[in-house]
Amino acid sequence: MTMTPDTTAKATGPSTGTPSGTEIRLDRVTKDYGLAAPAVDDISLTIEPGEFMTLLGPSGSGKTTTLNLIAGFETLTAGSIALNGTDVSDVPPHRRNLGMLFQNYALFPHLTVAQNVAYPLRERKVGKREIARKVAEVLELVQLTGRDDNHPSQLSGGQQQRVALARAIVFEPEALLLDEPLGALDRNLRSALQTEIRRIHREVGSTFVFVTHDQEEAMNLSDRIALFNNGRIEQVGTPQQLYAEPETLFTAKFLGDSNVFELGEAALDANVAWDGESWVIDPATVAAHPGVRASSAVVVRPEDVEVAGGRDDVPAGANAVRATVRDVEYMGSYRTLLLAMGERGLPGRTRVSPLQGEYAIGDDLVAWWRPQAQRIVAA
Amino acid sequence: MTTPSTPRRRYTKVDPIPWWLKAFGGLVVVFFILPTLFVIPMSFSDATTFQFPPQGFTWRLYENFFTNPIWLDSLGNSFLVATLTAVLATTVGTAAAVALSRLQGRVAQLVRTLLMVPIVAPAIVVAVAVYIAFLGWQLTGTVLGYVLAHTAIAVPYVLISVTGALGGFDPKLLRAAASLGSSPARAFVRVTMPLISRGILTGAIFAFIVSFDEVVLALFLRSPLFQTMPVQMYNSVTVEIDPTISAASSLMVVAVTIIFLLPQLLRGRVRRR
Ligand SMILES: Nc1ncnc2c1ncn2[C@@H]1O[C@H](COP(=O)(O)OP(=O)(O)O)[C@@H](O)[C@H]1O
Ligand SMILES: [Mg+2]
Repeated sequence: MTMTPDTTAKATGPSTGTPSGTEIRLDRVTKDYGLAAPAVDDISLTIEPGEFMTLLGPSGSGKTTTLNLIAGFETLTAGSIALNGTDVSDVPPHRRNLGMLFQNYALFPHLTVAQNVAYPLRERKVGKREIARKVAEVLELVQLTGRDDNHPSQLSGGQQQRVALARAIVFEPEALLLDEPLGALDRNLRSALQTEIRRIHREVGSTFVFVTHDQEEAMNLSDRIALFNNGRIEQVGTPQQLYAEPETLFTAKFLGDSNVFELGEAALDANVAWDGESWVIDPATVAAHPGVRASSAVVVRPEDVEVAGGRDDVPAGANAVRATVRDVEYMGSYRTLLLAMGERGLPGRTRVSPLQGEYAIGDDLVAWWRPQAQRIVAA
Repeated sequence: MTTPSTPRRRYTKVDPIPWWLKAFGGLVVVFFILPTLFVIPMSFSDATTFQFPPQGFTWRLYENFFTNPIWLDSLGNSFLVATLTAVLATTVGTAAAVALSRLQGRVAQLVRTLLMVPIVAPAIVVAVAVYIAFLGWQLTGTVLGYVLAHTAIAVPYVLISVTGALGGFDPKLLRAAASLGSSPARAFVRVTMPLISRGILTGAIFAFIVSFDEVVLALFLRSPLFQTMPVQMYNSVTVEIDPTISAASSLMVVAVTIIFLLPQLLRGRVRRR
């Protein structure tokens, strides 16, 4: 888990380039293919000008459909889509002026790199010299100078996607839509291109809508993430918000690892009972979840869980649960203990540093955390 | 259909073809080609009737052919009809192939089958049907009549070759084109057409040849003023016993062969994926 998003860069938003991004507003958007459930089910989402918004979610959750609705490749069943306040619901894709990046690159195989990149400019009747200038400029931006006369088949996957990127931004579209553009690339190349895409987003300054099912990729790239589940948006927020303040169990489980303690019908109060344990709930959490929750769960991140040899070693005011070590994973700088927690032996995990000593399978421990570190989510 | 890929040499080493199969293949080739090779020496024969082996050597039959307005006109008519048929059938067939490639389900399947009917229907049945219809519309003996009739039987060939080419075409490219500002029509011209051009060209050539050597429909549609070359050849054997037909046949064989080989000759020029 890489849990160190670059907060400083994001807080300031797009730094260089023209701050002329486009706002994309989805208003109660639904797409129904006539299957058991709509592919996209009554989604409302406003993507700010210049924002890097990621649509994240498991396969089949409706991300691509949403992106295709924005692009105009699919027609809306209900709702509307507006670019900078102008309703484009009935505008065909070729007049929406949105760039698009596909997983399989979708370069024109009969055209050279330069001709591919020039394609949208020729469609816009840009003059020859202007085309040459812009193509050279954008190929430099994606670091492909000198490959002008190559055909796509002569390039590697990563290079092809760079060409596609150049082609999608050269005409300065209102926004760039990216549908799992790195999905076909190997791990190293992915991470290199992630950095590249972020740099280009900063330099170009336009709105990016990025689809992925890879939560790490989403965390690395995004200003904000919209988490999709079954055609609906589960939660929208910055990567930190989604990780630190998940509102639903789905969000807590999808982004990063979590220890989940379902409370069932237990009343949410200053104290709560789980499996014979009596836990303290942070006052702020109680305030945020007034009254009783019919169905909720306590979520604690592995890095917030500590282990102790016995109850006596647990600091006062901490919540604790008895745990048995099921397995130890060596992760280099730290280790992950896989635990069986409570009476029922619920799966859990925590991180320990080698300085904390050695642990072996079967060790009986006490897992504990501070009430402030836990989240109450809808289960 | 013309498959441009020849099997690789390596393949024959892995799985050698037995001698008897090669011999049989050779026989089949001879069976198909021999009549054609037979007619070419005949066309240089000095004899005034059909005789084999040919006697002497002379260009006389070719002289006859190129000085006789009946032969020349029929040749010109055939070229005209075949060219127009190629244009019309290629347009219609390509449009049908593109449309059908996007459709699934039973209706599309039905349309596909219907469009193939002219290939399997007996020529004489088609000819009679066309003749009766065209008589009423006064299309017999007209260029339009020939072109329409030949287009009907040529479209399936275009459909087959263009459908084949579309099999390797990634429809995502059309979405890419749309996102880059191309209307559907522009995307067809700038993306689809160049990528399926081989299929279109092959289809056009087939359409041309189907029309160029079609005789049954042409016999029904002929008028004293307008005949195609195959009809004139038919006349020359059945009515006049004119040995010029040897020269005419040879010219047909050469012309058709050249046209058939066009895609191979152009192959290097069209870049493939
Ligand atoms: N053209 C289509 N026709 C019918 N169903 C579709 C079509 N496209 C997507 N779906 C269905 O809609 C749902 C969402 O698909 P999609 O948007 O592709 O999900 P994701 O991109 O999140 O993996 C899936 O159940 C999928 O099967
Ligand atoms: Mg998808």
